[in-house]
Amino acid sequence: MAGRLLRRAAGIVATLLVTSLLVFGSVQLAPGDPASFLLGGRSASPSAVAAIKEQYHLNDPFPVQYAKWIGGVVTGDLGRSAQFRQDVAGLIAARLPTTLWLIGYAGLLILVGGLALGALAALRRGVVDRTVLIGTGVATATPSFVAAIGLISLFSVELGWFPAFGNGSGLGGRISHLTLPAAALALTFVGLLARVTRTSMLEELGREHVEVARSRGIPGSDVVRRHVLRNALAPITTVTGTIVAGLLVATSIVETAFGLSGVGQLLVSSVTVKDFPVVQAVSLLVVLAFVGANLVVDLVQPLIDPRPSHPKGGVR
Amino acid sequence: MTPRLLEIENLDVRLTAGRAARPILDGVSLHVGRGEAVGLVGESGSGKSVTCRSVLRLLPEGAEAAGSVRVDGEDVLTMSAARLRDLRRNDVSMIFQDPRASINPLRRIGDFVTEGMRAGGMSRDDALRRAAELLESVGIREPRAALRRYPHEFSGGMLQRVMIAGALAGEPRLLLADEPTTALDVTTQAEVIAILTGLRGERSMGLLFVTHDLELAAAICDRVYVMYAGRIVEAQTAGGLFDRPRHPYTSGLLAATPRLESDRPPRGVPGRPVSLAEAPAGCAFAARCAHARPACTRDVPARREIDGAHVACLRAEELSHD
Amino acid sequence: MTALPLHRRGFLAPLARVAGGDKLVTAALAVLTVLTVAAVLAPLIAPHDPDAVDLSATLSGSTPDHLLGADQSGRDVLSRLIFGARTGLLGPLVVVLVSTVLGTLIGVSAAWHGGAVDAVLSRAMELVFSFPALLLAIILVAVLGPGPTAPVIAMSVAYAPYVGRLARSVALREKGRPYIQAYQVQGWSGWMICVGHLLPNIAPLVLAQSAINFGYALMDLAALSFLGLGVQPPAADWGAMINDGSQALLQGAMLPALAPGAAIVITVVAFSTVGESIADRVARRER
Repeated sequence: MAGRLLRRAAGIVATLLVTSLLVFGSVQLAPGDPASFLLGGRSASPSAVAAIKEQYHLNDPFPVQYAKWIGGVVTGDLGRSAQFRQDVAGLIAARLPTTLWLIGYAGLLILVGGLALGALAALRRGVVDRTVLIGTGVATATPSFVAAIGLISLFSVELGWFPAFGNGSGLGGRISHLTLPAAALALTFVGLLARVTRTSMLEELGREHVEVARSRGIPGSDVVRRHVLRNALAPITTVTGTIVAGLLVATSIVETAFGLSGVGQLLVSSVTVKDFPVVQAVSLLVVLAFVGANLVVDLVQPLIDPRPSHPKGGVR
Repeated sequence: MTPRLLEIENLDVRLTAGRAARPILDGVSLHVGRGEAVGLVGESGSGKSVTCRSVLRLLPEGAEAAGSVRVDGEDVLTMSAARLRDLRRNDVSMIFQDPRASINPLRRIGDFVTEGMRAGGMSRDDALRRAAELLESVGIREPRAALRRYPHEFSGGMLQRVMIAGALAGEPRLLLADEPTTALDVTTQAEVIAILTGLRGERSMGLLFVTHDLELAAAICDRVYVMYAGRIVEAQTAGGLFDRPRHPYTSGLLAATPRLESDRPPRGVPGRPVSLAEAPAGCAFAARCAHARPACTRDVPARREIDGAHVACLRAEELSHD
Repeated sequence: MTALPLHRRGFLAPLARVAGGDKLVTAALAVLTVLTVAAVLAPLIAPHDPDAVDLSATLSGSTPDHLLGADQSGRDVLSRLIFGARTGLLGPLVVVLVSTVLGTLIGVSAAWHGGAVDAVLSRAMELVFSFPALLLAIILVAVLGPGPTAPVIAMSVAYAPYVGRLARSVALREKGRPYIQAYQVQGWSGWMICVGHLLPNIAPLVLAQSAINFGYALMDLAALSFLGLGVQPPAADWGAMINDGSQALLQGAMLPALAPGAAIVITVVAFSTVGESIADRVARRER
């Protein structure tokens, strides 16, 4: 167990090192002079260029630059944004709450909606199952920005129930402003989770131990809860790792579509103006969160399935 | 007269759904008395498992049953869902073939053994205490610790003991065993059989023992039913079956069993077993029977009593089997 | 003259086999055929020039002249939709072709060689897995600048492991089968066995995965266009059209944004329907 954990930790560190190298190295690959990007295309005096080069360690060889950058990252210094002329850490910190709210809200919708729809389809074969299957098929094929457009046109423009843009203030304002974005973000993943839940529950429903439990006089609802749903959790947990990763990136699309100033929107606006320190920091943050989510899934897995080796699901 | 513990009368089971529609059981009648051990023997596809499962109303999906299955006079096929759950929990228990597949691999042994008792309203502590006693009675060492372990930590034989402990939890009067040793090693088979028969005796439970092994059935049962293609072809005392099998199929089965004490090599029954759906008109065994006459393929032979044995063969009286 | 029907049957037979009498799959195949034809023959089919401006029709809604209305610049939405099918299908096609070839190569080599090669390739695939495809595309856009090139390259790389993992597991299973060992004993080269016997066995499942990937790639590429990082305006592209149309949405004109949105959803549903039906078929045959 300890050895496994240690190997796992080493793997994570290696992954983070390589990804950070890739993220940081991409700047070096970019055609053109990094200093001119950092100036944001403004013409500057030679002394200003020299100052920029000094500030971003551009005169150092690549390994030294990388070492300085990663050293900064570890100590919380993510560099300075060329676009905003602010510390990247501060920029991200200001926008993180909105993004976290959005992900949390969407995550709740996904969990409740996906599990409920999947269980419903598995337990009510026939018309209900068929309807859920078609509905989730369409949901998984609807990218978040298309969902955003549809939701805005229906609930903001036609019905006027929810605001289409902006962050909102206070708890109520926040929730009402984030409802449509969270729904747009959640739609695809509700479909995905519902399908995985349905498939794995159907598989469990066909198992002999479920019939045995029924033969022992256990009430139907207990059989479903304790044997079907409980055993279906393993593949469901595996897919949540994928969902978290998808959510993190999709926030950039949804935040842009709804004009929310969050971390995702910061990433998109920084890419267009080649604000590399921000792109690097946010990218690293996303990878970190993704690796962390998968680590949590891996740690939770043995609690769900105590058997020493079980097939690891691979669902996209 | 008090009703028998188990009385199956004229049970027909057929699948009704679409293309898969076919008959499975035809006019099956059998009974088990209080404290009696009864064997039900047949090849795979003969309908012995379906018969056994019908006692708990565990019918295949899309199946329809006619006739009656009464436990203490109460018809299982028509009782309410609530009464059925109660019956499954307290009156009749079943032991399945493959314990590895029959016990939820993700839940603790304790959960499995106590589940029925908890559903019956027993407190957690009482149920666990009782479960530990049950595990001890089936010969599992350190039962307290075993309760907290998972199925994958046990061997197949040990798991089957757990299964038996779980089946005994509701203190049933009737135990159904559907090939309980087929999936086990030969050495553990004997242990499990010994535990099963021992506990049955102690608690004076009725037992319906389903197996394809005629000798095993004869060894532990008072009476034995022989099934072929969804029908019961012979019913006798275990001893009578060996001394004087009445149905050609039964004698064929006996002749096919290899024996140490005999120099005679085992003789197989020619042809392959059929299910009820594939069976031709008349006696389903006629096509494989050395004694078949044209009359055998006309009507299904009725079950008749001959010297205390029940047999469904037209020529039962004339044929004397060794 | 007799050769023609034979030829046609030869062309349609695989499609008919995929459909297998399933109405949904037949409909999906029909949708894909219509889309492909529309993309190829766009200049002949489109009622208007996709870039022609008709200011009198701006945000007009559906009229006989503009069946799906016109956008805020007065361009015909239907024509832009038809032309948009070109970039809409071409991008994912390149992604799927490259990722399928790359993934199959990686997966089969990893399975065939095992040992260190397998360890390195599997680690590399895991590494790419830890980069969500969209993030990889965004980083690459930051490096190479906006336009369809960076997203297509990024997606090709990001999707390769999905194919690679599948190809590896199927190849491992096949490799363990006796017939492959029999060929080895007979002295066939590893290359010949892979091409002649391993690939045909892997192909159906990889094909199914690729069809499903096509839909995902289409969604991701459209998302990048929507963000202004992919295909650049004024080129007709579904994602970019939705971005353009989202402003008109608040003025009450739904069609410029909703029409390309519907096109994306329908196309992706069609691709995943076909992909899943192939996968189901393979699974049933395995059993």
